[in-house]
Amino acid sequence: MLRFTVRRLIQMVLVLFAVSVITFLIFNVIPNSDPAVRMAGRQASESTIKAIREEWGFNESLPQQYVTTMKKVFTGDLESQFTQLNVGEEIRKGLPRTLSLAIGAALLWMFVAICLGLYSAVKAGKFADRFLTIVALVGISMPVFWIGALMNHYLGFKLGWFPNGGYVELTEDPVDWAYHLILPWTALAILFIGFYSRVLRSNVLDTINEDYVRTARAKGLGERQIMIRHVLRNSMIPIVTLWGLDFGAVVGGGAILTETVFDLQGVGQYAAEAIGQLDVPPVLATTMFLAFFVVTLNAVVDILYAYLDPRIRLQ
Amino acid sequence: MNDAQPLLTVDDLKVSFATEEGVVQAVDGVTFELGAGEVLAVVGESGSGKSVTAMTLMGLTRSPNARFEGNAHYKDTELIGASEDELRRVRGAEIAMIFQDPMTSLNPVHRVGDQIIEQIQEHEGVPDQQARERTVELLERVGIPRARERVDNYPFEFSGGMRQRVMIALALSCNPSILIADEPTTALDVTIQAQILHRIRELREETGAAVILVTHDLGVVADIADRIAVMYAGRIVEQGTLDQIFYDPQHPYTWGLIGSITRVDRPRPERLPAIAGLPPSLANRPEGCHFRPRCPHEFSECPKVPPLEARVDGQAGHLDRCWLPVDEKRAKREVRPGEIGLETKKEAAA
Repeated sequence: MLRFTVRRLIQMVLVLFAVSVITFLIFNVIPNSDPAVRMAGRQASESTIKAIREEWGFNESLPQQYVTTMKKVFTGDLESQFTQLNVGEEIRKGLPRTLSLAIGAALLWMFVAICLGLYSAVKAGKFADRFLTIVALVGISMPVFWIGALMNHYLGFKLGWFPNGGYVELTEDPVDWAYHLILPWTALAILFIGFYSRVLRSNVLDTINEDYVRTARAKGLGERQIMIRHVLRNSMIPIVTLWGLDFGAVVGGGAILTETVFDLQGVGQYAAEAIGQLDVPPVLATTMFLAFFVVTLNAVVDILYAYLDPRIRLQ
Repeated sequence: MNDAQPLLTVDDLKVSFATEEGVVQAVDGVTFELGAGEVLAVVGESGSGKSVTAMTLMGLTRSPNARFEGNAHYKDTELIGASEDELRRVRGAEIAMIFQDPMTSLNPVHRVGDQIIEQIQEHEGVPDQQARERTVELLERVGIPRARERVDNYPFEFSGGMRQRVMIALALSCNPSILIADEPTTALDVTIQAQILHRIRELREETGAAVILVTHDLGVVADIADRIAVMYAGRIVEQGTLDQIFYDPQHPYTWGLIGSITRVDRPRPERLPAIAGLPPSLANRPEGCHFRPRCPHEFSECPKVPPLEARVDGQAGHLDRCWLPVDEKRAKREVRPGEIGLETKKEAAA
């Protein structure tokens, strides 16, 4: 297990390096124009462009440019060309919001999907199963910006049951924090609940017919123990992989819509706004940051996966 | 057979499954008894209902599509109609089962030791450490080297033969009175087969557990069984002691089975003899004797179902389902195994 973990972490570092190089190339080298001009934004004065060129070392060799850029990204020495606000600072401010949204939603969708998927599989072919199938399809078909807007309008604005967007710090008031996040969590989770419960249902139905489940039954175990220890555990393996990937994808971009609809002011919303203003430094930084997040998370998931399925460890 | 009350009495057991092709009568009136410490071999080809019979005894064939009739008494429990809770007390603790394919019968994500400990603790609430010690002993007993280390391994770290040993250890862990082995050596290569069978025989002598050995291999049976039940298309067609079946087989199907054994002590036949034809579809069986369409000796009585009864004088335990008079059977079958039934079949065809 330890060897697997170490090996996986080394791999992760290599991938991170590749990601940083690619990001650098995309932003500074591939566009066929002076990067300093692009970075300075529209209607920048000649002196600003010159200052930027000096600062980022755009007249030096490419490897040197790479080092300078990375240094700036990682030391947080980046400023928006529009707001003059420090980019690192902004990401740091947005991060707890994005993570609150993503972690909460991920836990919610995993938990609900396990319950529904398992229930659906146990009742396979019966009314409850068919009903849940339809519900899942409806859930999968509703886009976040639509269901989010509906929830905001009816549950938040008309009925006033929930706050109409906004965010409260967890450290400030945990109850209010959760209260403000219930709608965003639900809106984001619905799609995944539909999808995950379907995948889990079919995994469970496959697993139930495995010989080792028959063995478990022949041992005299209770139905509950058979389902949890022998069926669910094995059915969860593909789901956990999916979960890690989707969680990474949500933090790394999927949350943009939800954040915007509910005005959570997270990293995703920050990135979206920066893109709208062609503000290069924040876009560069958020891209790097989110890519790193996804890569790191994948490594964590693989390690978790190896824990769940011992066969992986020795490969 | 032992003189005492039989441990298990199966009476006219019928199992059918509703499928898309109609009702499949997998088991059609199976009756037998099993005495304490006895080894009963249930022999038949694929689809003869032997595995379904074995699994039904443990309630493992229960499903919304399955219908059961008849009785199976184990000690004081009626197994066929038992509630899930009653069955759970029997499964693993009283009747334990070894399955055909050791590669898939163990859960890949749990350590082998934990899978045995789980059963011990389910039936006897012993502390963890004690259950673990017992598991190590069991693994040693079934012949797993370095059992103390291996107990923490995962199934994929074991070979097929070793996994079947683990399954045997698992089956024996709660000292069951009946061990059902459903083709325990089919998935293993021949040298391992012999080892596993020897181990089962030794363990049966040590523990006194009765064994139901389900197999399609008469060669396996000769080594280990006290009595044999031959199944064909859901019915027991012949039942008797090892000697009765091997030296005085009554049913033409049994002749064919014995005839298809390859033997090293006889001149090699040009081709390995086989029984002509195929077993009937269980959804659409012939009336009367099920073996009728493949049998070269069919005559006017055959469309009636022959009862399973003793037909040989002075051999109360030797039962069969064939209408032919005993003398005629003895005349028609060839005595030498390897040719029984086949020559006559050829003649009949010609």
